Amino acid sequence: MFKDIEHLIRLAVVIAVALVAFVILRAAVVPRSFGQYGHYRGAAIGEIASRPVAFAGHDACETCHTDVLDQKKLGKHVVVACEACHGALAKHADDPGSVQPKKLDTALVCARCHEANSAKPKGFPQVATADHSGGLACDTCHQPHRPKIETAKSETEGKK
Amino acid sequence: MDITRRRLLVLLPAAAVAWKYVLAGTPEASPNYKLTEHWWGMLIDIPKCIGCGSCVRACAEENDVPEGYYRTWIERYHVADWRIERPEVESPDGGKQGFPPHADDGGKNFFVPKLCNHCAESPCTQVCPVGATFVTPDGVVLVDKSYCLGCRYCVQACPYGCRFINPKTNTAEKCSLCYHRITKGLTTACCEVCPTGARQLADLKNPKDPIHEFLRTHTVQVLKPHMATGAKVFYNGMDGSVR
Repeated sequence: MFKDIEHLIRLAVVIAVALVAFVILRAAVVPRSFGQYGHYRGAAIGEIASRPVAFAGHDACETCHTDVLDQKKLGKHVVVACEACHGALAKHADDPGSVQPKKLDTALVCARCHEANSAKPKGFPQVATADHSGGLACDTCHQPHRPKIETAKSETEGKK
Repeated sequence: MDITRRRLLVLLPAAAVAWKYVLAGTPEASPNYKLTEHWWGMLIDIPKCIGCGSCVRACAEENDVPEGYYRTWIERYHVADWRIERPEVESPDGGKQGFPPHADDGGKNFFVPKLCNHCAESPCTQVCPVGATFVTPDGVVLVDKSYCLGCRYCVQACPYGCRFINPKTNTAEKCSLCYHRITKGLTTACCEVCPTGARQLADLKNPKDPIHEFLRTHTVQVLKPHMATGAKVFYNGMDGSVR
């Protein structure tokens, strides 16, 4: 009955070898973490999460610069994070001695938010800088961390 | 050192253990962060946005976004009094340098910040042929740079236009919701620098997150709800003309 079975066995061996080769190759090529959470490389999550940060976050600033925080708390700029104006300073937070933030040009920095624009919310303080200061640096009159110009009387009253 | 049979037998298991770690990839950056305990989204309060462009600049700096490409951008809408269905939308340099005053200041004017909506049923991840983009268990849509072929399927599939091909790496790129920051307990770069609180990172799985109170007490919408993408960037005070 199985007179000419040899060629069938030969074929079966070839298929078996190909199958084993496929399984070994697949195990070598597919990353270990592929399929850990879904149809993707699970290790990619950790790789993306381990990138360094550029912005330190205001909590990092406030651990040292408490004097500035006290000033900000007296005015409306308390809600503005330090790095919103001063820029990304994680390097400064890591090594305060060697990396120093740049001095800001208030004529430019303040205008980014406070230059008048019809699309800005109506309650937001806006000025046309050309009319308001004529290009003069804002910190000539305003203290940027506590921008409201207060009279001597209201200053003693503190924040309401 | 001579490799004797005895030494080799000692070294082999050690090498096998080391190789296991090589294959497993970089270990998780923040060991205390649990993927299953978060479900990230964002809240955008349109009436608070002043179009200053701080978010766009901060995003570019935090994430090395190439010049002329944007992971987040701001659009300025101008709706004339008599054509609400045809708003004029502009976004010069993604709003990075702010916005010049509009020539016609009548009608309705407002800013709409845009970014990846981190859809729960994201169309972009569904079309990726190699599994290079995915929704993480904590609800962030990410791109695995080392796996991306740059085939652009996802760029075409995103209904919000949030993806682009990075000209340097030729791989797909998009907002990662600053995944390297939020897993370390920080907020995103854009939320960190937003001076008015118009952008707020939200953890929808955290019952103490103020987002829940906000969603309860405000009329909040997502972009293109009819596409059923499960978008998790919520817009408060969004005008009907916003696309």
